[in-house]
Amino acid sequence: MPTRILIPSGVLCLGFDRAALARGVAAKPDLIAIDGGSTDSGPWSLGAGQSKYARAVTKSEWRELMLARAQAGVPLIIGTAGTCGADACVDWMFDITQELATELGQSLRVARLYSGQPAARVTQALAAGKIHPLHPAPDISAEGLAQMTNIVALAGAEQVQAALNTGADIIIAGRTTDTAIIAALPLARGDHAGAAWHGAKIAECGALCSTNPTSGVIVVDFDDAGFTVEPLATGAACTPHSVSAHMLYENADPFILFEPGGHLDVTQTKYTALDGRRVRATGSKWVPGRYTVKLEGARAAGFQTTLIAVLRDAYYVTHAQDWVDRLHPFLDALIEDRMGLAPSNYHLDFRLIGANATLGAMENRTGTPVEVGVLLIITAQTQAIAAEIGKLANPHLLHYPLTDDEELPTFAFPYSPAQSDRGAFYEFALNHVMELDDPMSAFRLTVTEVAP
Amino acid sequence: MTQIAEIAFKVRSKNAGPFWVTIDIFCGDTAAFDRLRAALDTAKIAALYHQPSQSLKRFDIPNLNVIKFSFPRPVIQGDKADRDMHGAAWATLLAEYEV
Repeated sequence: MPTRILIPSGVLCLGFDRAALARGVAAKPDLIAIDGGSTDSGPWSLGAGQSKYARAVTKSEWRELMLARAQAGVPLIIGTAGTCGADACVDWMFDITQELATELGQSLRVARLYSGQPAARVTQALAAGKIHPLHPAPDISAEGLAQMTNIVALAGAEQVQAALNTGADIIIAGRTTDTAIIAALPLARGDHAGAAWHGAKIAECGALCSTNPTSGVIVVDFDDAGFTVEPLATGAACTPHSVSAHMLYENADPFILFEPGGHLDVTQTKYTALDGRRVRATGSKWVPGRYTVKLEGARAAGFQTTLIAVLRDAYYVTHAQDWVDRLHPFLDALIEDRMGLAPSNYHLDFRLIGANATLGAMENRTGTPVEVGVLLIITAQTQAIAAEIGKLANPHLLHYPLTDDEELPTFAFPYSPAQSDRGAFYEFALNHVMELDDPMSAFRLTVTEVAP
Repeated sequence: MTQIAEIAFKVRSKNAGPFWVTIDIFCGDTAAFDRLRAALDTAKIAALYHQPSQSLKRFDIPNLNVIKFSFPRPVIQGDKADRDMHGAAWATLLAEYEV
Protein backbone atom coordinates (compact mmCIF):
# COMPACT_ATOMS: atom_id res chain seq x y z
CA MET A 1 0.00 0.00 0.00
CA PRO A 2 1.53 3.36 -0.94
CA THR A 3 2.67 5.30 2.13
CA ARG A 4 3.34 9.01 2.41
CA ILE A 5 5.53 10.31 5.22
CA LEU A 6 6.03 13.96 6.09
CA ILE A 7 9.38 14.91 7.61
CA PRO A 8 9.31 18.48 9.01
CA SER A 9 13.09 18.75 9.43
CA GLY A 10 16.29 16.83 10.09
CA VAL A 11 15.95 17.25 13.84
CA LEU A 12 13.54 18.94 16.22
CA CYS A 13 14.94 22.37 17.21
CA LEU A 14 16.56 23.08 13.85
CA GLY A 15 13.51 24.97 12.61
CA PHE A 16 11.31 24.41 9.57
CA ASP A 17 9.51 26.37 6.90
CA ARG A 18 5.93 26.87 8.20
CA ALA A 19 4.34 27.29 4.79
CA ALA A 20 6.06 24.11 3.61
CA LEU A 21 4.81 22.25 6.69
CA ALA A 22 1.26 23.42 5.93
CA ARG A 23 1.65 22.12 2.35
CA GLY A 24 2.86 18.83 3.79
CA VAL A 25 -0.22 18.53 6.01
CA ALA A 26 -2.47 19.37 3.06
CA ALA A 27 -0.79 16.56 1.08
CA LYS A 28 -2.46 14.07 3.48
CA PRO A 29 0.52 12.14 4.86
CA ASP A 30 0.09 8.81 6.67
CA LEU A 31 2.61 9.78 9.36
CA ILE A 32 4.63 12.78 10.52
CA ALA A 33 8.12 11.73 11.62
CA ILE A 34 10.97 13.76 13.07
CA ASP A 35 14.33 12.89 14.57
CA GLY A 36 15.22 14.18 18.02
CA GLY A 37 18.98 13.68 18.07
CA SER A 38 21.95 11.37 17.62
CA THR A 39 25.49 11.03 18.90
CA ASP A 40 26.48 14.00 16.71
CA SER A 41 27.17 16.46 19.48
CA GLY A 42 29.31 14.21 21.62
CA PRO A 43 28.95 12.05 24.72
CA TRP A 44 27.57 14.63 27.17
CA SER A 45 23.87 14.21 26.35
CA LEU A 46 23.93 10.43 26.75
CA GLY A 47 26.25 10.60 29.74
CA ALA A 48 24.11 13.14 31.58
CA GLY A 49 20.75 11.90 30.23
CA GLN A 50 19.80 15.43 29.16
CA SER A 51 18.80 17.13 25.94
CA LYS A 52 21.33 19.53 24.45
CA TYR A 53 18.52 21.66 23.06
CA ALA A 54 16.68 24.47 24.84
CA ARG A 55 13.39 23.37 26.37
CA ALA A 56 11.71 26.53 25.07
CA VAL A 57 12.69 25.75 21.47
CA THR A 58 11.75 22.09 21.84
CA LYS A 59 8.35 23.03 23.22
CA SER A 60 7.58 25.70 20.62
CA GLU A 61 8.48 23.47 17.66
CA TRP A 62 6.68 20.47 19.19
CA ARG A 63 3.60 22.66 19.63
CA GLU A 64 3.55 23.35 15.89
CA LEU A 65 3.98 19.67 15.10
CA MET A 66 1.23 18.69 17.53
CA LEU A 67 -1.07 21.16 15.78
CA ALA A 68 -0.02 19.77 12.39
CA ARG A 69 -0.76 16.24 13.68
CA ALA A 70 -4.22 17.24 14.88
CA GLN A 71 -4.95 18.79 11.51
CA ALA A 72 -3.60 15.83 9.53
CA GLY A 73 -5.29 13.30 11.81
CA VAL A 74 -2.32 10.91 11.63
CA PRO A 75 0.30 9.82 14.16
CA LEU A 76 3.31 11.98 15.01
CA ILE A 77 6.53 10.26 16.01
CA ILE A 78 9.81 11.56 17.37
CA GLY A 79 12.82 9.24 17.44
CA THR A 80 15.86 9.63 19.70
CA ALA A 81 13.94 12.08 21.85
CA GLY A 82 15.95 14.62 23.83
CA THR A 83 19.16 14.33 21.75
CA CYS A 84 20.34 10.94 23.05
CA GLY A 85 17.13 8.93 23.53
CA ALA A 86 17.88 7.94 27.13
CA ASP A 87 14.82 7.06 29.24
CA ALA A 88 15.06 10.35 31.17
CA CYS A 89 14.89 12.25 27.86
CA VAL A 90 11.79 10.32 26.78
CA ASP A 91 10.10 11.35 30.03
CA TRP A 92 11.29 14.96 29.56
CA MET A 93 9.66 14.98 26.12
CA PHE A 94 6.54 13.39 27.60
CA ASP A 95 6.30 16.20 30.20
CA ILE A 96 6.48 18.77 27.41
CA THR A 97 3.80 16.86 25.49
CA GLN A 98 1.50 16.79 28.54
CA GLU A 99 1.91 20.54 29.05
CA LEU A 100 1.11 21.19 25.41
CA ALA A 101 -1.90 18.85 25.45
CA THR A 102 -3.31 21.00 28.26
CA GLU A 103 -2.46 24.28 26.54
CA LEU A 104 -3.90 23.12 23.19
CA GLY A 105 -6.88 21.27 24.64
CA GLN A 106 -5.90 18.01 22.96
CA SER A 107 -6.86 14.53 24.17
CA LEU A 108 -4.15 12.13 23.10
CA ARG A 109 -2.96 8.58 23.31
CA VAL A 110 0.79 8.86 23.84
CA ALA A 111 3.10 5.85 23.50
CA ARG A 112 6.57 5.95 24.98
CA LEU A 113 9.16 3.55 23.57
CA TYR A 114 12.09 3.19 25.97
CA SER A 115 15.50 2.13 24.66
CA GLY A 116 17.49 2.34 27.91
CA GLN A 117 19.40 -0.81 28.81
CA PRO A 118 20.07 -1.89 32.38
CA ALA A 119 23.78 -2.79 32.68
CA ALA A 120 22.73 -6.21 34.00
CA ARG A 121 20.97 -7.07 30.72
CA VAL A 122 24.02 -6.16 28.66
CA THR A 123 26.30 -8.00 31.10
CA GLN A 124 24.19 -11.15 30.76
CA ALA A 125 24.22 -10.84 26.98
CA LEU A 126 28.00 -10.39 27.11
CA ALA A 127 28.38 -13.56 29.17
CA ALA A 128 26.09 -15.40 26.74
CA GLY A 129 28.23 -14.35 23.77
CA LYS A 130 25.48 -12.13 22.37
CA ILE A 131 27.48 -8.89 22.35
CA HIS A 132 29.67 -8.38 19.29
CA PRO A 133 32.20 -5.56 18.82
CA LEU A 134 32.07 -3.32 15.77
CA HIS A 135 35.31 -1.85 14.46
CA PRO A 136 36.88 -0.10 16.32
CA ALA A 137 35.39 -0.99 19.70
CA PRO A 138 36.52 -0.15 23.23
CA ASP A 139 37.09 -3.13 25.52
CA ILE A 140 34.11 -3.89 27.73
CA SER A 141 33.61 -5.80 30.95
CA ALA A 142 30.85 -6.31 33.50
CA GLU A 143 32.55 -3.75 35.74
CA GLY A 144 32.86 -1.21 32.92
CA LEU A 145 29.21 -1.67 31.92
CA ALA A 146 28.10 -1.09 35.51
CA GLN A 147 29.95 2.25 35.53
CA MET A 148 28.11 3.64 32.51
CA THR A 149 25.57 6.32 33.34
CA ASN A 150 23.39 5.44 30.35
CA ILE A 151 23.30 2.60 27.86
CA VAL A 152 20.79 2.71 25.02
CA ALA A 153 20.02 0.30 22.20
CA LEU A 154 19.03 1.64 18.79
CA ALA A 155 15.50 0.49 18.03
CA GLY A 156 14.69 -0.56 14.49
CA ALA A 157 11.50 -0.86 12.49
CA GLU A 158 10.01 -3.69 14.61
CA GLN A 159 9.96 -1.71 17.85
CA VAL A 160 8.57 1.39 16.12
CA GLN A 161 5.87 -0.79 14.52
CA ALA A 162 4.95 -2.10 17.98
CA ALA A 163 4.52 1.53 19.09
CA LEU A 164 2.43 2.36 16.00
CA ASN A 165 0.25 -0.69 16.67
CA THR A 166 -0.85 0.80 20.01
CA GLY A 167 -2.93 3.26 17.98
CA ALA A 168 -1.03 6.14 19.57
CA ASP A 169 -1.54 9.70 18.34
CA ILE A 170 1.96 10.58 19.45
CA ILE A 171 4.95 8.29 19.83
CA ILE A 172 7.90 9.47 21.87
CA ALA A 173 10.69 7.05 21.12
CA GLY A 174 14.00 6.76 22.91
CA ARG A 175 17.06 5.90 20.88
CA THR A 176 16.14 4.59 17.45
CA THR A 177 18.14 4.42 14.27
CA ASP A 178 17.65 7.66 12.35
CA THR A 179 15.82 5.72 9.65
CA ALA A 180 13.57 3.40 11.70
CA ILE A 181 10.92 6.00 12.55
CA ILE A 182 10.40 6.58 8.81
CA ALA A 183 10.91 3.04 7.47
CA ALA A 184 8.64 1.29 10.01
CA LEU A 185 5.29 2.25 8.50
CA PRO A 186 6.02 1.52 4.80
CA LEU A 187 7.54 -1.81 5.87
CA ALA A 188 4.43 -2.64 7.92
CA ARG A 189 2.25 -1.83 4.92
CA GLY A 190 4.21 -4.11 2.64
CA ASP A 191 6.05 -1.50 0.60
CA HIS A 192 9.39 -2.38 -0.98
CA ALA A 193 11.86 -3.06 1.87
CA GLY A 194 14.94 -1.65 0.13
CA ALA A 195 13.02 1.46 -0.82
CA ALA A 196 11.64 1.84 2.73
CA TRP A 197 15.10 1.91 4.30
CA HIS A 198 16.71 3.89 1.51
CA GLY A 199 13.95 6.51 1.40
CA ALA A 200 14.18 6.76 5.17
CA LYS A 201 17.94 7.36 5.02
CA ILE A 202 17.49 10.03 2.37
CA ALA A 203 14.72 11.72 4.38
CA GLU A 204 16.15 11.48 7.89
CA CYS A 205 17.99 14.78 7.63
CA GLY A 206 14.97 16.58 6.17
CA ALA A 207 15.76 18.86 3.27
CA LEU A 208 19.50 18.16 3.51
CA CYS A 209 18.93 15.89 0.47
CA SER A 210 17.67 18.91 -1.52
CA THR A 211 19.15 22.05 -3.01
CA ASN A 212 17.84 24.11 -0.05
CA PRO A 213 19.07 22.20 3.01
CA THR A 214 17.76 24.60 5.68
CA SER A 215 14.15 24.62 4.46
CA GLY A 216 13.50 21.42 6.41
CA VAL A 217 10.26 19.98 5.14
CA ILE A 218 10.16 17.05 2.72
CA VAL A 219 7.66 14.36 1.86
CA VAL A 220 8.49 10.81 0.78
CA ASP A 221 6.15 8.45 -1.04
CA PHE A 222 6.88 4.73 -0.68
CA ASP A 223 5.37 1.99 -2.83
CA ASP A 224 6.02 -1.60 -3.89
CA ALA A 225 8.91 -0.71 -6.21
CA GLY A 226 10.67 2.39 -4.94
CA PHE A 227 10.31 5.78 -3.32
CA THR A 228 9.83 9.36 -4.47
CA VAL A 229 11.17 12.32 -2.50
CA GLU A 230 9.98 15.90 -2.80
CA PRO A 231 11.01 19.02 -0.85
CA LEU A 232 8.09 21.27 0.03
CA ALA A 233 9.71 24.69 0.48
CA THR A 234 9.29 27.14 -2.38
CA GLY A 235 12.35 27.01 -4.60
CA ALA A 236 13.77 23.84 -3.06
CA ALA A 237 14.43 20.94 -5.39
CA CYS A 238 15.67 17.38 -5.18
CA THR A 239 17.93 16.28 -8.00
CA PRO A 240 19.33 12.78 -8.65
CA HIS A 241 22.68 14.22 -7.53
CA SER A 242 21.40 15.85 -4.31
CA VAL A 243 19.53 12.67 -3.36
CA SER A 244 22.19 10.12 -4.20
CA ALA A 245 24.91 12.29 -2.62
CA HIS A 246 23.04 12.18 0.68
CA MET A 247 24.11 8.54 1.14
CA LEU A 248 27.63 9.93 1.65
CA TYR A 249 26.59 12.01 4.64
CA GLU A 250 27.80 10.80 8.04
CA ASN A 251 28.22 7.39 6.46
CA ALA A 252 31.58 5.62 6.36
CA ASP A 253 30.39 3.42 3.48
CA PRO A 254 28.18 5.28 0.97
CA PHE A 255 26.51 2.14 -0.39
CA ILE A 256 25.78 0.05 2.71
CA LEU A 257 23.74 0.93 5.80
CA PHE A 258 23.38 -1.53 8.68
CA GLU A 259 20.06 -1.67 10.52
CA PRO A 260 18.58 -4.09 13.03
CA GLY A 261 17.94 -7.35 11.14
CA GLY A 262 19.91 -6.68 8.00
CA HIS A 263 21.46 -4.06 5.78
CA LEU A 264 20.55 -1.75 2.93
CA ASP A 265 22.56 -1.97 -0.28
CA VAL A 266 22.21 0.91 -2.76
CA THR A 267 24.93 -0.07 -5.23
CA GLN A 268 22.33 -0.83 -7.93
CA THR A 269 19.92 2.03 -7.18
CA LYS A 270 18.66 4.09 -10.12
CA TYR A 271 17.78 7.72 -9.45
CA THR A 272 15.43 9.48 -11.87
CA ALA A 273 14.27 13.10 -11.95
CA LEU A 274 10.47 13.03 -12.29
CA ASP A 275 10.43 16.77 -12.82
CA GLY A 276 12.36 19.80 -11.58
CA ARG A 277 11.86 19.01 -7.90
CA ARG A 278 11.01 15.32 -7.38
CA VAL A 279 13.33 12.31 -7.58
CA ARG A 280 12.37 8.65 -7.77
CA ALA A 281 14.72 5.87 -6.70
CA THR A 282 14.36 2.17 -7.50
CA GLY A 283 16.61 -0.86 -7.25
CA SER A 284 17.66 -0.43 -3.60
CA LYS A 285 18.11 -3.78 -1.91
CA TRP A 286 17.39 -4.95 1.63
CA VAL A 287 19.57 -7.87 2.68
CA PRO A 288 18.21 -9.65 5.78
CA GLY A 289 20.72 -10.74 8.41
CA ARG A 290 21.11 -11.59 12.07
CA TYR A 291 18.85 -9.55 14.37
CA THR A 292 21.13 -7.23 16.30
CA VAL A 293 20.68 -3.78 17.79
CA LYS A 294 23.53 -1.32 18.13
CA LEU A 295 24.44 -0.19 21.62
CA GLU A 296 25.61 3.23 22.74
CA GLY A 297 26.95 3.88 26.20
CA ALA A 298 28.60 6.73 28.05
CA ARG A 299 30.47 6.86 31.33
CA ALA A 300 31.70 9.64 33.55
CA ALA A 301 35.44 9.91 33.19
CA GLY A 302 36.22 12.72 35.62
CA PHE A 303 35.47 16.39 35.92
CA GLN A 304 36.90 19.35 34.06
CA THR A 305 37.94 22.92 34.73
CA THR A 306 39.15 25.23 31.96
CA LEU A 307 41.06 28.50 31.73
CA ILE A 308 41.81 30.74 28.77
CA ALA A 309 44.66 33.23 28.59
CA VAL A 310 45.25 35.24 25.44
CA LEU A 311 48.79 36.07 24.35
CA ARG A 312 48.98 39.30 22.33
CA ASP A 313 52.62 40.31 22.84
CA ALA A 314 54.29 39.45 19.51
CA TYR A 315 57.24 37.72 21.18
CA TYR A 316 54.94 35.47 23.20
CA VAL A 317 52.76 34.82 20.17
CA THR A 318 55.80 33.61 18.27
CA HIS A 319 56.96 31.48 21.20
CA ALA A 320 53.58 30.27 22.42
CA GLN A 321 54.51 26.59 22.15
CA ASP A 322 57.81 27.20 23.97
CA TRP A 323 55.87 29.01 26.68
CA VAL A 324 53.51 26.06 27.14
CA ASP A 325 56.42 23.58 27.03
CA ARG A 326 58.00 25.49 29.92
CA LEU A 327 54.81 26.17 31.87
CA HIS A 328 53.48 22.61 31.82
CA PRO A 329 56.31 20.94 33.80
CA PHE A 330 56.42 23.96 36.10
CA LEU A 331 52.72 23.41 36.93
CA ASP A 332 53.24 19.66 37.34
CA ALA A 333 55.95 20.31 39.90
CA LEU A 334 53.86 22.91 41.69
CA ILE A 335 50.79 20.61 41.85
CA GLU A 336 52.96 17.84 43.31
CA ASP A 337 54.55 20.22 45.82
CA ARG A 338 51.41 22.08 46.97
CA MET A 339 48.69 19.47 46.48
CA GLY A 340 50.68 16.24 46.79
CA LEU A 341 49.29 15.02 43.46
CA ALA A 342 51.42 13.16 40.93
CA PRO A 343 50.64 13.80 37.22
CA SER A 344 48.91 10.39 37.00
CA ASN A 345 46.06 11.85 39.09
CA TYR A 346 45.06 14.57 36.66
CA HIS A 347 45.43 15.61 33.04
CA LEU A 348 46.50 19.03 31.73
CA ASP A 349 45.89 19.75 28.06
CA PHE A 350 47.02 23.03 26.49
CA ARG A 351 45.38 24.02 23.19
CA LEU A 352 46.93 26.89 21.24
CA ILE A 353 44.03 28.64 19.54
CA GLY A 354 45.51 30.41 16.54
CA ALA A 355 48.22 27.79 16.05
CA ASN A 356 47.01 24.16 16.10
CA ALA A 357 44.07 23.87 18.51
CA THR A 358 41.90 22.16 15.90
CA LEU A 359 44.22 19.65 14.27
CA GLY A 360 47.00 19.19 16.83
CA ALA A 361 49.89 17.13 15.51
CA MET A 362 48.23 16.83 12.06
CA GLU A 363 48.41 20.61 11.50
CA ASN A 364 50.80 21.36 8.64
CA ARG A 365 50.29 25.08 8.20
CA THR A 366 52.29 27.65 10.09
CA GLY A 367 51.92 31.37 10.26
CA THR A 368 52.13 34.33 12.58
CA PRO A 369 48.74 35.04 14.08
CA VAL A 370 47.87 38.37 15.70
CA GLU A 371 47.26 36.62 19.00
CA VAL A 372 47.14 33.13 20.46
CA GLY A 373 44.52 31.86 22.88
CA VAL A 374 45.88 29.35 25.35
CA LEU A 375 43.09 27.06 26.47
CA LEU A 376 44.00 24.91 29.44
CA ILE A 377 41.70 21.93 29.99
CA ILE A 378 42.12 20.23 33.35
CA THR A 379 40.60 16.78 33.92
CA ALA A 380 40.64 15.21 37.38
CA GLN A 381 38.72 12.65 39.42
CA THR A 382 36.58 15.21 41.23
CA GLN A 383 35.38 18.71 40.43
CA ALA A 384 37.02 19.92 43.64
CA ILE A 385 40.45 18.70 42.51
CA ALA A 386 40.02 20.08 38.97
CA ALA A 387 38.89 23.44 40.39
CA GLU A 388 41.79 23.53 42.86
CA ILE A 389 44.27 22.84 40.05
CA GLY A 390 42.59 25.62 38.06
CA LYS A 391 43.09 28.07 40.89
CA LEU A 392 46.66 26.93 41.33
CA ALA A 393 47.34 27.45 37.60
CA ASN A 394 45.55 30.80 37.45
CA PRO A 395 48.36 33.21 38.51
CA HIS A 396 50.89 31.39 36.34
CA LEU A 397 48.71 31.43 33.25
CA LEU A 398 48.50 35.16 33.90
CA HIS A 399 52.16 35.94 34.61
CA TYR A 400 54.49 33.07 33.73
CA PRO A 401 57.63 34.35 31.96
CA LEU A 402 59.44 32.71 29.05
CA THR A 403 62.79 33.53 30.63
CA ASP A 404 63.92 33.98 34.22
CA ASP A 405 65.51 37.38 33.75
CA GLU A 406 62.67 39.40 32.26
CA GLU A 407 60.14 41.72 33.81
CA LEU A 408 57.00 39.80 34.83
CA PRO A 409 54.63 39.63 31.84
CA THR A 410 50.84 39.80 32.18
CA PHE A 411 48.49 38.22 29.65
CA ALA A 412 44.83 38.82 28.87
CA PHE A 413 42.15 36.99 30.82
CA PRO A 414 38.74 37.38 29.17
CA TYR A 415 36.74 37.18 32.42
CA SER A 416 36.86 36.81 36.17
CA PRO A 417 37.28 34.29 37.63
CA ALA A 418 39.52 32.97 34.88
CA GLN A 419 38.70 29.37 35.68
CA SER A 420 35.38 27.74 34.70
CA ASP A 421 34.18 24.48 36.17
CA ARG A 422 32.67 22.35 33.42
CA GLY A 423 31.20 19.63 35.58
CA ALA A 424 31.28 15.94 34.76
CA PHE A 425 33.14 14.79 31.70
CA TYR A 426 31.71 11.83 29.77
CA GLU A 427 33.15 9.39 27.26
CA PHE A 428 31.52 7.11 24.70
CA ALA A 429 32.32 3.59 25.84
CA LEU A 430 30.47 1.20 23.51
CA ASN A 431 30.62 0.43 19.81
CA HIS A 432 28.92 -2.96 19.91
CA VAL A 433 25.80 -4.75 18.78
CA MET A 434 23.56 -7.00 20.88
CA GLU A 435 21.80 -10.05 19.42
CA LEU A 436 18.11 -10.31 20.23
CA ASP A 437 15.83 -13.32 19.80
CA ASP A 438 12.77 -11.10 20.16
CA PRO A 439 13.14 -7.47 18.98
CA MET A 440 10.99 -6.18 21.86
CA SER A 441 12.92 -8.06 24.55
CA ALA A 442 15.27 -5.11 25.11
CA PHE A 443 12.65 -2.35 24.71
CA ARG A 444 9.74 -1.17 26.80
CA LEU A 445 6.48 0.36 25.63
CA THR A 446 4.03 2.32 27.78
CA VAL A 447 0.80 3.93 26.62
CA THR A 448 -0.85 6.86 28.41
CA GLU A 449 -4.15 8.58 27.69
CA VAL A 450 -3.39 12.28 28.09
CA ALA A 451 -6.30 14.63 28.66
CA PRO A 452 -6.15 18.44 28.51
CA MET B 1 51.00 22.31 -7.81
CA THR B 2 47.36 23.13 -7.14
CA GLN B 3 45.32 22.79 -3.97
CA ILE B 4 42.39 20.35 -4.15
CA ALA B 5 40.11 23.19 -3.04
CA GLU B 6 40.88 24.97 -6.31
CA ILE B 7 40.02 21.91 -8.39
CA ALA B 8 37.06 20.43 -6.49
CA PHE B 9 33.65 21.97 -5.92
CA LYS B 10 33.68 21.17 -2.22
CA VAL B 11 35.58 19.17 0.38
CA ARG B 12 33.72 18.32 3.61
CA SER B 13 34.25 16.07 6.60
CA LYS B 14 32.09 14.81 9.43
CA ASN B 15 32.00 12.03 11.97
CA ALA B 16 30.29 8.85 10.82
CA GLY B 17 29.30 7.97 14.36
CA PRO B 18 31.65 8.56 17.31
CA PHE B 19 34.28 6.12 16.07
CA TRP B 20 34.76 7.07 12.40
CA VAL B 21 35.40 10.17 10.36
CA THR B 22 34.56 10.49 6.68
CA ILE B 23 35.79 13.02 4.14
CA ASP B 24 34.04 13.69 0.83
CA ILE B 25 35.63 15.42 -2.14
CA PHE B 26 32.89 16.67 -4.47
CA CYS B 27 34.92 17.06 -7.66
CA GLY B 28 32.13 18.85 -9.53
CA ASP B 29 32.65 17.36 -12.98
CA THR B 30 34.16 14.38 -14.74
CA ALA B 31 37.35 16.22 -15.69
CA ALA B 32 38.08 17.18 -12.09
CA PHE B 33 37.11 13.70 -10.89
CA ASP B 34 39.44 12.00 -13.36
CA ARG B 35 42.26 14.40 -12.52
CA LEU B 36 41.93 13.95 -8.76
CA ARG B 37 41.30 10.23 -8.97
CA ALA B 38 44.61 9.82 -10.78
CA ALA B 39 46.50 12.31 -8.62
CA LEU B 40 45.42 11.14 -5.17
CA ASP B 41 47.61 8.43 -3.72
CA THR B 42 45.83 6.66 -0.86
CA ALA B 43 49.05 6.08 1.08
CA LYS B 44 49.89 9.78 0.93
CA ILE B 45 46.42 10.76 2.10
CA ALA B 46 46.80 8.30 4.98
CA ALA B 47 50.10 9.97 5.88
CA LEU B 48 48.42 13.39 5.76
CA TYR B 49 46.11 12.18 8.54
CA HIS B 50 48.88 10.27 10.37
CA GLN B 51 47.05 6.99 9.72
CA PRO B 52 48.33 3.61 8.53
CA SER B 53 47.19 3.32 4.91
CA GLN B 54 45.36 0.04 5.53
CA SER B 55 43.00 1.98 7.85
CA LEU B 56 41.73 4.17 5.03
CA LYS B 57 38.66 3.10 3.07
CA ARG B 58 38.52 4.84 -0.28
CA PHE B 59 35.50 5.10 -2.54
CA ASP B 60 35.83 6.54 -6.05
CA ILE B 61 32.23 7.22 -7.15
CA PRO B 62 32.08 8.24 -10.82
CA ASN B 63 28.28 8.71 -10.84
CA LEU B 64 28.64 11.52 -8.30
CA ASN B 65 32.15 12.66 -9.23
CA VAL B 66 33.01 12.07 -5.60
CA ILE B 67 36.10 10.63 -3.92
CA LYS B 68 35.45 9.58 -0.35
CA PHE B 69 37.84 8.56 2.42
CA SER B 70 36.72 7.01 5.71
CA PHE B 71 38.85 5.87 8.63
CA PRO B 72 38.56 5.16 12.34
CA ARG B 73 39.02 8.26 14.44
CA PRO B 74 42.46 8.19 16.13
CA VAL B 75 40.69 9.49 19.24
CA ILE B 76 37.05 8.67 19.91
CA GLN B 77 34.65 11.61 19.58
CA GLY B 78 34.54 13.47 22.89
CA ASP B 79 37.68 11.82 24.31
CA LYS B 80 39.63 14.30 26.39
CA ALA B 81 42.23 14.44 23.63
CA ASP B 82 39.60 15.14 20.95
CA ARG B 83 40.01 18.56 19.35
CA ASP B 84 37.17 18.62 16.86
CA MET B 85 33.92 17.14 18.24
CA HIS B 86 32.18 16.85 14.86
CA GLY B 87 35.22 16.02 12.74
CA ALA B 88 34.32 19.03 10.61
CA ALA B 89 37.80 20.55 10.30
CA TRP B 90 39.52 17.43 9.03
CA ALA B 91 38.45 18.34 5.50
CA THR B 92 40.72 21.38 5.51
CA LEU B 93 43.86 19.23 5.35
CA LEU B 94 42.60 17.59 2.17
CA ALA B 95 41.24 20.85 0.73
CA GLU B 96 44.70 22.39 1.15
CA TYR B 97 46.56 19.32 -0.13
CA GLU B 98 48.48 20.06 -3.32
CA VAL B 99 48.38 17.82 -6.37
